[in-house]
Order: sequence, then C-alpha cells, then structure tokens
Amino acid sequence: MTDAVVTAGAGEETEAERALDERAYGFWIYLMSDAIIFALLLATFVVMSHSTADGPGGQTLFRLPHTFAKTMLLLASSTTFGFASVAIAAGQRRRSLAWLSVTFLLGLGFLAMGISEFYGMAVAGAGPWRSGFLSAFFTLVGTHGIHVSVGLVWIVLLGCEVALRGLNPFVASRLCRLGLFWHFLDIVWIGIFSVVYLPGIL
Amino acid sequence: MPAPPQLSEMPTSPHGGEVTIKPYLVGAVLALVLTAVPFGLVAARALRPIQIFVVVGAAAITQVVVHLRYFLHLDLKPASQNKLIALCFAAVVLLILVGGTLWIMFDLNYRR
Repeated sequence: MTDAVVTAGAGEETEAERALDERAYGFWIYLMSDAIIFALLLATFVVMSHSTADGPGGQTLFRLPHTFAKTMLLLASSTTFGFASVAIAAGQRRRSLAWLSVTFLLGLGFLAMGISEFYGMAVAGAGPWRSGFLSAFFTLVGTHGIHVSVGLVWIVLLGCEVALRGLNPFVASRLCRLGLFWHFLDIVWIGIFSVVYLPGIL
Repeated sequence: MPAPPQLSEMPTSPHGGEVTIKPYLVGAVLALVLTAVPFGLVAARALRPIQIFVVVGAAAITQVVVHLRYFLHLDLKPASQNKLIALCFAAVVLLILVGGTLWIMFDLNYRR
C-alpha cells in the first residue's frame, strides 16, 4: 500500500505528500457515495413513514431524551476526535491516544444506546418485521450503527498502530481519513434525527 | 523494508496547514446550539408543527454546513476545490434521486 511512497526515495517529500493527499481525496469520494446511500435510505424512510400497518408509530416508539443523549454522545465524540487530530498534528503521541480513547468510549456509548433502543423495540413487538415504517427505520438506523461499529474497530486498530509504531506521516494520514469518516457519521446522524426522530415525535 | 529517511522530517499534518483546537471548539458550540434549538422546540411544542418542521430543517442544513466547515475543514480555498466539486456533484445526484423518489412515490400515493 505504501510502495509508491517508499520507492519515491529521499528528497521527494512533496511526491510523498501528494500521494497522501490523493488518498484523502479518494476517501472523500467514497464518503460522497456513502452520503448518497444514506440519503436514499432516508428517502425510503420518508416514503414509508405512514405505512405503520396499524402498528406503533414514531410518537409511541421514540423518546426525546434518549435521542438527545445519543446526539450529544456522537457530537462529543466528534469534538474529541478533533482534539485527537490536533494532538496528532502536533506529534503528541500520548495525548492523541488519550483523546482517541475518549472518542472510542463516547462512540461505544452511542452504539450501546442504539442497541438497547433496538432491543427494547423488538421485545415490545415493534421489530423490523412489524411494518414498512419499522423496516425502513431499522434499515436506516441500523446502517448508521454498522458504520459506527466499523469506525470503532478502526479507532482501536489505528490506536494500536499509534501505540506500537508511534506517529509518522503514514499513520497520521490514516488517522486523518478515519477523522473524515467519524465526522461524516455525525453529519449523517444530523439527517437522521432531523428526518426520523423529531418529526416522528411531533 | 526499512523506513525511508524523510519520514521524521515530513509534517504529521497531511494537509500542511496548522491544525489548532479553535475550529473544533467553535464547531462544537455552534453544533450544540443548532441541536438544542430543534430538540427544545419539539419538547416544548412552542410553535405550530409546520413551523417547527421549518426550524428543524433549517437548523439541520446549517449544522451540516457547520460540520463541513469546522470539523471536516472544507472551505472555499483552492486547496479544497476538488473536494467541493465532488460534494456539489454528490449534492446534485442526491437532489435528483431523493427529490425524484419523493415526488414519484407521493404522487402514486395520491393517485391510488
């Protein structure tokens, strides 16, 4: 993966930096395609939002404090990842590891709340099989949850890399892409609480 | 393979620019306000539902811009031009797909 950079040889820093920049751009393109997936899942949810098949709707299922707490956890984790990015750019290994750990715990809290919400709904007979509305809801929020889980695994892996190998430009560039991914998931969550939860509770 | 000698000389910030804590703090405060307002309105039901929908939508769009600007460091400088073009393209695709989906499906619902 780093062949192009390693064979560039000494005195060609700009070449290596350009390669890392290109990777960030490629990752950005992936994020845009991911945004389209989430937008389509949101559109599907809006189409399905009244197809409750006489089952429970958003007003009975969604709880405002629970959603607000989830939102706060994800926003806080996005901010702490920003602090980690600052520490990484400054080459502070321990501090970046500390902020990455905080980010991981906040993200884990978000995921745990989501899983307990899903479990509570399924136990109450409001699983994805109940109605078109619930199928669309579980698909949308579940896809976001899977992305967050992948992000958490990624944080652990890169955290190990920082701990074992220290900060170098390659690790920093990977962390930068992870940061893009993590902040992007928070943006998707804005769409979810604004389209799914708040109108559902109203 | 041994690490190339220039490793330690390269900046660990991939984009060269100075990374400070300030944009993250500004972004977090703005995002907090733009989250608290729609949640507060829904909790208090201070306005009519249609008005709340408008505020929720406006706050969401503003918050997306805040996140892009302060967390993802997207700006109007030449360095982010390519990213901006990709974002605009995605936005156009997204508007066609989402707008088209909603238009067609609600029209079908209406004709049923």
